[in-house]
Amino acid sequence: MSVSDIKTGFSYKKLIVPAVLGLILVLLATLPVYTPSYTVVLMITILMYIILTVSWALFSGPTGYVSLAPSAFFGVGMYTAAILGKELHLAGMVIAGGLFSFVLALIIGAITLRLRGIYFAMFTFGLVVLIQQILLWWEITFTHTRGRFVIPVDNTTIYYIMLAIFVTLTLTVIFIRRSKYGLALQSIGQDEEAAAHSGVNVTLVKVFTFAISALFMGAVGAIVATRWTYIDPYIAFNPTFSFFPVLMSIFGGMGQLYGPYLGAAIFAYLEELLITNFEYYYMLIFGIIMVITIVFLPSGIVGLIQKWRMLKWGKGGLAKDDANT
Amino acid sequence: MPILEGTKVCKNFGGLAAVSEVDFCLNQGEILGLIGPNGAGKTTLFNLISGALVTRAGEIKYKNKTISKMKPFQICRHGIARTFQSVKIFPDMTVLEHLLLSAIFGSAGRIPTREAKREALNLLEFVGLKGLENVPARDLNLVRQKRLEVARALASRPEVLLLDELMAGLNPAEVAEAMELVKKIRDSEITIIMIEHVMKAIMGICDRIIVLHHGEKIAEGTPQEIASSKTVIEVYLGE
Repeated sequence: MSVSDIKTGFSYKKLIVPAVLGLILVLLATLPVYTPSYTVVLMITILMYIILTVSWALFSGPTGYVSLAPSAFFGVGMYTAAILGKELHLAGMVIAGGLFSFVLALIIGAITLRLRGIYFAMFTFGLVVLIQQILLWWEITFTHTRGRFVIPVDNTTIYYIMLAIFVTLTLTVIFIRRSKYGLALQSIGQDEEAAAHSGVNVTLVKVFTFAISALFMGAVGAIVATRWTYIDPYIAFNPTFSFFPVLMSIFGGMGQLYGPYLGAAIFAYLEELLITNFEYYYMLIFGIIMVITIVFLPSGIVGLIQKWRMLKWGKGGLAKDDANT
Repeated sequence: MPILEGTKVCKNFGGLAAVSEVDFCLNQGEILGLIGPNGAGKTTLFNLISGALVTRAGEIKYKNKTISKMKPFQICRHGIARTFQSVKIFPDMTVLEHLLLSAIFGSAGRIPTREAKREALNLLEFVGLKGLENVPARDLNLVRQKRLEVARALASRPEVLLLDELMAGLNPAEVAEAMELVKKIRDSEITIIMIEHVMKAIMGICDRIIVLHHGEKIAEGTPQEIASSKTVIEVYLGE
């Protein structure tokens, strides 16, 4: 029994949502059967962005701690794939990538989660650069290599592993949101001191959630590496992957569970569309779209949907508009 | 028998002795008042008891167990709950969620959610917030937010409750209601320490009073003793 069960009684809406989700899952699972391989490749990219964004929002959404560490964990996953790719089975490698990121996040979290606001953001970003430079130095000094090759895997397999990570992540997000653990996480974001004095082990909840979110980033890094086939510290620890999850979450809107999903999916598709059609101007157009979104839709696409529902039915939705942001 | 006892408790902020060598004891079932001018160290003492700050020297014992090194969440689970001088609520969470959080995480044993909810609804009635369980806390007025803080503290099933200026900012009628609430809490066998500037409230309901000034305890006694103490009058009114 969960906390949210208490708040609302039974309604048919509760059946519609699982039904729609189930349908989407079936469509996604059978996608490689009826679509050309281009679609599968596109979906791999979209799923990658969704996983990165949703796992970022899993921690940073409710707590308000803006982490810029995603590319550190993403990169650790990639290097796991490069180093252990020969020794481990594919699934084992993905799990190892996740676990290494998990452990790294536990350590980082224990040190840095005392920091708040901009200091936390800067430290986590520094971490990305630090790992990148250490690896570079290591490769130059000891292994005398630049970058590594990763054993390639066929796209359909990559797609299904991505889908498995995606489903696990979604179940985790739903579980956390509905459990007492989610309540604790939310209370930390609202007033950390009051949460601590209400009996919440604030440090444990923060560090553990940070590590869970890193686990998914590491896992997705490991599988993406098999598609990119060549990685070096600049590719694996590319700071862009630290900023995208933040942008996509804002773009989608963090007030609702589905905001980051929507944001990442549209964002990724838009990027693909712009790159293929406006090779030279894509970043410019992309930037303009981002600016427009932030200026006119401060609650993201979710906010737009809720406004539209308000207009249509005159009420509903906006009450929790700004929750969790 | 004292339920809470402090011996030579000290806390410094840089060169400033916020609390210096304060001895105090809290007897089971009583209401202890903590008064003193601004900056006397009253809230600092609360922060030391509740674990928000760590003592520099001295010891705080709760039921003969040293708690001075414990974290806030551990102290809460041991049975000492608190409210804050400036209300600290969870603005976007509902009233009921405040109480559930505290009941689930703040109480000693494991409580099934169903029972926590039942208890929470009783508590809301107890503090006068009945019917507001699904309202987000930021939509409540100050008086109700203060009551919510009390209810949240009580939801963790404390034996000792620390009330930090519960009456500040309330009008006379609301002060009277708050006094009734404090008495009701005491009658439900919870021991209370309260920081208060509203003298009427302090004199009316406290069994004993401790006066702090510049971090030091300058007087201790019954309300009558404090009211007639020369040192206290000097501190409050000047010589």
